[in-house]
Amino acid sequence: MSNIIIKNAVKKYGNTAVITGLNLSIRDGELFTLLGPSGCGKTTLLRMIAGFNSIEGGDFYFGDTRINDMDPSKRNIGMVFQNYAIFPHMTVRRNVEFGLRNRKADKETIKRETDHFLKTMQIDMYADRLPENLSGGQQQRVALARALVIKPDVLLMDEPLSNLDAKLRLEMRQAIREIQKEVGITTVYVTHDQEEAMSISDTIAVMKDGTIQDICTPRAVYQRPRNLFVATFIGRTNILNGKTEGGSLVFECGYKTAFPSWKSIEKQDVKISVRPEEFVINPEGAEGIKGKVIDSIYLGLNTHYIIMLENNQKVELIQESTMEDAFAKGTNVVLTAKNEKINIFDKEGTGNLLRGADE
Amino acid sequence: MKNNNRFKLDTWGWITLITIAFYALFLLYPMAHLAKMAFFDSETNSFTMGNFIKFFSKSYYSSTLLNSFKVSIAAAVTSLIVGTPLAYLFTIYKIKGKKTLQILIIISSMSAPFVGAYSWILLLGRNGVITNFLKTLFHFTPPDIYGFGGILLVFTTQLFPLIFLYVQGALHKVDNSLLEASQNMGCSGAKRFFKIVLPLITPTILAGALLVFMRALADFGTPMLIGEGFRTFPVILYNEFVGEVSQNKGFASAIAIIAILITMFIFLVQKHVSNRKSFSMNSLHPIEEKDIKGLRSVAVHAFCYIIVGISILPQVYVIYTSFQNTRGLIFVKGYSLNSYTRMVSKLGNSIANTIIIPLTALFFVVLLAVLIAYITVRRRNAMTGLVDVLSMIPYIVPGIVIGIAMLTSFNKKPLLISGGMLIMVIALIIRRLPYTVRSSVAVLHLIPMSIEEAAISLGSSKLKAFFAITVPMMASGIISGAILSWVNMISELSTAIILYTVRTQTLTVAIYSQIIRGNYGVAAALATVLTVLTVISLLILNRVSKGKFTGM
Repeated sequence: MSNIIIKNAVKKYGNTAVITGLNLSIRDGELFTLLGPSGCGKTTLLRMIAGFNSIEGGDFYFGDTRINDMDPSKRNIGMVFQNYAIFPHMTVRRNVEFGLRNRKADKETIKRETDHFLKTMQIDMYADRLPENLSGGQQQRVALARALVIKPDVLLMDEPLSNLDAKLRLEMRQAIREIQKEVGITTVYVTHDQEEAMSISDTIAVMKDGTIQDICTPRAVYQRPRNLFVATFIGRTNILNGKTEGGSLVFECGYKTAFPSWKSIEKQDVKISVRPEEFVINPEGAEGIKGKVIDSIYLGLNTHYIIMLENNQKVELIQESTMEDAFAKGTNVVLTAKNEKINIFDKEGTGNLLRGADE
Repeated sequence: MKNNNRFKLDTWGWITLITIAFYALFLLYPMAHLAKMAFFDSETNSFTMGNFIKFFSKSYYSSTLLNSFKVSIAAAVTSLIVGTPLAYLFTIYKIKGKKTLQILIIISSMSAPFVGAYSWILLLGRNGVITNFLKTLFHFTPPDIYGFGGILLVFTTQLFPLIFLYVQGALHKVDNSLLEASQNMGCSGAKRFFKIVLPLITPTILAGALLVFMRALADFGTPMLIGEGFRTFPVILYNEFVGEVSQNKGFASAIAIIAILITMFIFLVQKHVSNRKSFSMNSLHPIEEKDIKGLRSVAVHAFCYIIVGISILPQVYVIYTSFQNTRGLIFVKGYSLNSYTRMVSKLGNSIANTIIIPLTALFFVVLLAVLIAYITVRRRNAMTGLVDVLSMIPYIVPGIVIGIAMLTSFNKKPLLISGGMLIMVIALIIRRLPYTVRSSVAVLHLIPMSIEEAAISLGSSKLKAFFAITVPMMASGIISGAILSWVNMISELSTAIILYTVRTQTLTVAIYSQIIRGNYGVAAALATVLTVLTVISLLILNRVSKGKFTGM
């Protein structure tokens, strides 16, 4: 077990830098997720930690050991690949044993450890089968057992669930979470699926264009995203223009509202992020942002409303469904926001003006 | 994710360097030596274009160039005309006995071409069986088999299977929905074939046609036996090199250089054309075979059976004659195994050589091909790129040219290996590698890199990951490729004919020299042994590849 520290990491392909001066610190035993759209550099970074990509600059540490120039086979990492990378010509048992055999463990240890992990991952009944006869979920369990049996310092997972169907994905997500906590191993997890990241992680790092946009707990990353990109990438949100003046917020349409924690914000033009569930829908006549319902989508638990504001901006709103369609198409409505929840960014969207203000 | 494209002197770096050294010594050096002989006067040691001027100024020589082109282009065209429709019919219709036909087609393509030439002479030559039959019964003399027509006949029956197999492979990738869509829009039958199917498989057809052209251009045995006055390029190259009358190594080298330039030019043109016209298709629903009835069924079956029948006829007839009695040089009535007993007593060593030499070569071909495939696919950098290019050069150099280049380069100390088995083994390795490397590359592309990374992250060394994980996964592909190489090597003549000695002669060389001397019985027996070896190998291949190769 060990923590991971990355200082000023640089990755170049030829002359184009993919990652420039990235810093990270991953605590011992935590499940740390690199989340971002495809091409953001998350897998590249993971493979730099694994040693399959060269490192063009900076320092990588496992605990106190600098691993930059260490051969991948010496880093003592367990890795789980997107396509599982199960050796198809070996039985499940041989697959799981593979790392222990490379480490020249004695027979007894190999048997004991292999059996233990086959059992933990609930694949002991398939031990003597060839992997081609296993389902995707079972293969993923083999991959996980194989990675964990060597007692690695660090577990690396590269989009491990993306090849599974939706139901299995939920099940495996839970299984990974449980075993990770049980073994207590420092884990770096790469995914582009934000729901997966939210559900599994202790810490999420949101990446874009090779830089880290935000790094904190799943809750904070959703409730107080550090910038506009993070706000739009994690979950859905509506971005409205407005300005702050003396602790109040003035929307573009002129609706003015106030909240205690806004007091410290200087007077400026701002972007306001209101998630669909942070809007409150009021009948015509109330004070707020005026609009008209142009569509409503009934999804059982919730109903989504698409509302056209007076400035021709469409916003999305979610409400718990009621027995009758409360606001039919064409209804004029007035929107207000749940002020404690919404986020206010500077005009460029680079900083959250509330981050730290309400804690 | 890509590796960084920089050369590193690790295990794979060393393998890269050793491979380059191998090619430098056994390919580049002989080629350079060849060029030197062509461009420098052997006595004055001064630069001269004399050899080239001689070639192009005397029509006795330059006409062979034209002849070779004529017959090779004609062979490519006729092979297309025969092979493409056959493959199409095989794909869209259910044909009785298809599996047998398929394996017969493959057998006829895998035999040495000059054996076919020889058999056609026995059948249709001046004193041929069919010729005499037609003469006595109908007082009709069939057209002369010797010369252009005969060469074309042999090349077509021998080489159309290449087109057939290529096109069949391509048609399997055409999605049935494309055909259904075109039918939906009112385009069917022959129109659909020309408008939809043909354009889709054009790159494949071009690649196949190039292969036919190259084989025809480089083939030496066929025109030698059946060409008579119609001399082609390899014939004159051979005559100038080993000829008893006028041996001129400098001149022969010049002809060899011209040959390489021509094949290189054609290769580049083909590459350019097929790059521009290639489509990537994924066929979820391959074309399904349909039943045919009535007159159409008769016509389709007749077409398929006649073509396969003609192409396998020479093989069958040679096997038949091997059991005939002979007196002196001619076949007489009655059957026995006399030809076989004489074969064993006179030329038993050629059978042993045909096993030993290709088998040794095969071992190294497979080893090198796997390593080269690996470094060119997984360790892409300038150095491995060089290996890739080097390994492909022999693809466009005619076998007889490689033979000449090697023989003249390695006949002096410290590089004296001419006249031994080693030089024949090395020549086979060099010649066969392009094909085996390509097939290994194709297999390797199917294996995701992450499998190997998984092994490395679990503590394997790079080399162990390769041999313990990647190689076993490639195994079935490698074995199929190896058997195919083996079949090609045992029927190889044009390099062996230059490099052999009495001690190292192979079956093909023995067959050729027995035919030249008129010992038709022994030649037939030897040819039968070769055919049997080929058929057994193909049957094993079919087993190993689970029918993927022959499509059964």
